Amino acid sequence: MDIALRNIVKKQLLWISLAAISMFFASMLSAFIVEKADVGNWKEFILPNYFVLSTGVIILSSLVLFFIKPQLKKEKSIFGLVFTVLILGILFSYFQIKGWQQLTNQGIYLTGVGSNISGSFLYILTLTHLLHLVGGIVGLCISTIKSKQNLYSINNYLGLELTAIYWHFLTVLWVVLFAFLKFY
Amino acid sequence: MSEHHKENFITKYIFSMDHKMIAKQFLLTGMFMAVVGMLMSAIFRVQLANPGETSVLYNLLPSAWLNDAGGLNPDKYLALVTMHGTILVFWVLTAGLSGTFANFLIPLQIGARDMASGFLNMLSYWFFFIATVVLMSSLFVESGPASGGWTIYPPLSALPQAIPGSGTGMTLWLISITLFVVGSLLGGLNYIVTILNLRTIGMTMKRLPLTVWALLITAILGVLSFPVLLSCGLLLVFDRSFGTSFYLSDIIINGEILHNEGGSPILFEHLFWFLGHPEVYIILLPALGIVSEVIAVNSRKPIFGYKAMVGALLLIAFLSFIVWGHHMFMTGMNPFLGSVFTFTTLLIAIPSAVKVFNYLATLWRGNIRFTPAMLFAIGTVSAFITGGLTGIILGDSALDINVHDTYFVVGHFHIVMGLSAIYGMFAGVYHWFPKMYGRMMNKNLGYIHFWGTFICAYGVFFPMHFLGLAGLPRRYYSNSAFPMFDGLSDINALITFFALAGAVVQVIFLFNFFYSIFKGTKATQNPWKSNTLEWTTPIERIHGNWPGDLPVVKRWAYDYSKPGADEDFILQTEPLKEGEVEH
Repeated sequence: MDIALRNIVKKQLLWISLAAISMFFASMLSAFIVEKADVGNWKEFILPNYFVLSTGVIILSSLVLFFIKPQLKKEKSIFGLVFTVLILGILFSYFQIKGWQQLTNQGIYLTGVGSNISGSFLYILTLTHLLHLVGGIVGLCISTIKSKQNLYSINNYLGLELTAIYWHFLTVLWVVLFAFLKFY
Repeated sequence: MSEHHKENFITKYIFSMDHKMIAKQFLLTGMFMAVVGMLMSAIFRVQLANPGETSVLYNLLPSAWLNDAGGLNPDKYLALVTMHGTILVFWVLTAGLSGTFANFLIPLQIGARDMASGFLNMLSYWFFFIATVVLMSSLFVESGPASGGWTIYPPLSALPQAIPGSGTGMTLWLISITLFVVGSLLGGLNYIVTILNLRTIGMTMKRLPLTVWALLITAILGVLSFPVLLSCGLLLVFDRSFGTSFYLSDIIINGEILHNEGGSPILFEHLFWFLGHPEVYIILLPALGIVSEVIAVNSRKPIFGYKAMVGALLLIAFLSFIVWGHHMFMTGMNPFLGSVFTFTTLLIAIPSAVKVFNYLATLWRGNIRFTPAMLFAIGTVSAFITGGLTGIILGDSALDINVHDTYFVVGHFHIVMGLSAIYGMFAGVYHWFPKMYGRMMNKNLGYIHFWGTFICAYGVFFPMHFLGLAGLPRRYYSNSAFPMFDGLSDINALITFFALAGAVVQVIFLFNFFYSIFKGTKATQNPWKSNTLEWTTPIERIHGNWPGDLPVVKRWAYDYSKPGADEDFILQTEPLKEGEVEH
């Protein structure tokens, strides 16, 4: 298999995986809708402020990624940009954890006697998103190291491109989840 | 992947990245699991024929599964039924069928050296293998394996203290199915990108054999529906292990009031059947793909309505995502919603009828060769019709309610899904055995196998419809506890007789299969005179499939008995003659 075809195959593998992940979250949201309609003691919650911050941070991280390709075209170092995205990714994770802390302060728990199914859904949705994000952070760590070593060029940055696609997907997914949890 | 290279024992037979060897690994594991699943059914059928009595077959079970009189314990009866369903649905008819033929046929029929990623392919098998080990290990835990049914409905699956089978056995079930799904997803991703990208020159989508179309659509179904099962299972794990209440509410066990509130087991059913119904077609479509090929080859005629066949596959796949509610008519569903699911379900009859019509039209006035593969292929069409007809009854909410959870349902799904798919699998094994092992299977043993299986299978499942119409519920440990069913005991005994006879007949297949691997007549390169690319590879297996350049495709796969041709088949690599029009 030649390199061009290999790259296409890898990208397709990623895109199809993203379709599978989307189905995972779609089924979770469907479950949320069904349960909210059915459950008599559904407890409404207020989304933590930290989730607003994390939304801003992850959108910013995706925007930064868009500057990488022009930099590569100009044959300039992209280390700073990739490292920034990594830091923003870690910051997003931190805000998510702080958000959960805020939820427990409100008396909204994942499980236990005082928990409610609405809160359980909130935790599961954000937790599974974060678990997927950990994969993206691992990808960003590798990309950061490689960009520090100047291993990427405009003709050879597939690993970074795949990481970026995955990261954009996680951004869109989070925005959808956030909007859903906020407004539904 | 380039051409053939040296392999040692480990890389050739164990951690192989050659799609053909991985296909054989799937096949052999699937066959092993089929034997296990079949033995389980033989055992619980003996219990149903002679409730509470002992049997020589029970010697296969741990003594803790039996009561003092040597009879089968009720909870272990349920465990056997659960494991039988799990093994047959997932291990045999999903991985055993799809895993075998997708791996074996996709690269060979599209003209590729291997799958897009040999590593992912290997990983897919080993996830499946570990899942198998975990599932089998659940047979040996003290409390027994999962026993709440293969659909693992909560609360039995969500509360470890509910019944013995809800404990460690259920945990192992969940672990094994998670590993299974991961393996299936890895395989499915690989199949899709391989078909989309690695087709050889000239192999356009319009020239793809229908087997490959069926396997492609199956893979797409799997990739889109298995994640839903994962999310369904994740919520279940949280309920089981972390005390959430997604599927639980208002439960008292042994006087203890559980804190769970607000959840609903119906939610589980929605999520489960969103995977569960496409799963029916994940099982069935590869069989239909195999049948398309076998019927065309052995009728010596082009498949009738190629485009309609592809369209029907696509339509069946699409509809399979919007019919799950027909499994849930009895859950208190809004009658209007029930009628919507009835409508979408009955729509499936249209593409299904298209397929059946096209199979019959292909057979019509064909120069039919009744090879064992062909008999099984026709058997698939037969079972698809028989089971499909009762599907119309079960798909209609007003009718389904009358036979819900009776043996009518058991008879229906065993014929339409179980028999159709297993016949398709047998057809595939008989047809491609020469390509797999370079030898032929014994034809006469194949005939005995087919007719024995065909008679016994109908002997088992046809009477079940009458049991169901008489109201006999499924899943009961014994039907003798209720006088109203006493009159049905002879039918139950008859079913058990056919089940045991059918199991014995499979020994003929197993003997034929393993004997032929070593002692069968050596196969020629193209023993069935087929058109597809796999028959242009050398008889001896090489990693890379073709020793030199990849073949170039010049025509579609179904030029059989074409007027003006020298023979009644034309390989896909044969160029069109001057003035010849492609089908």
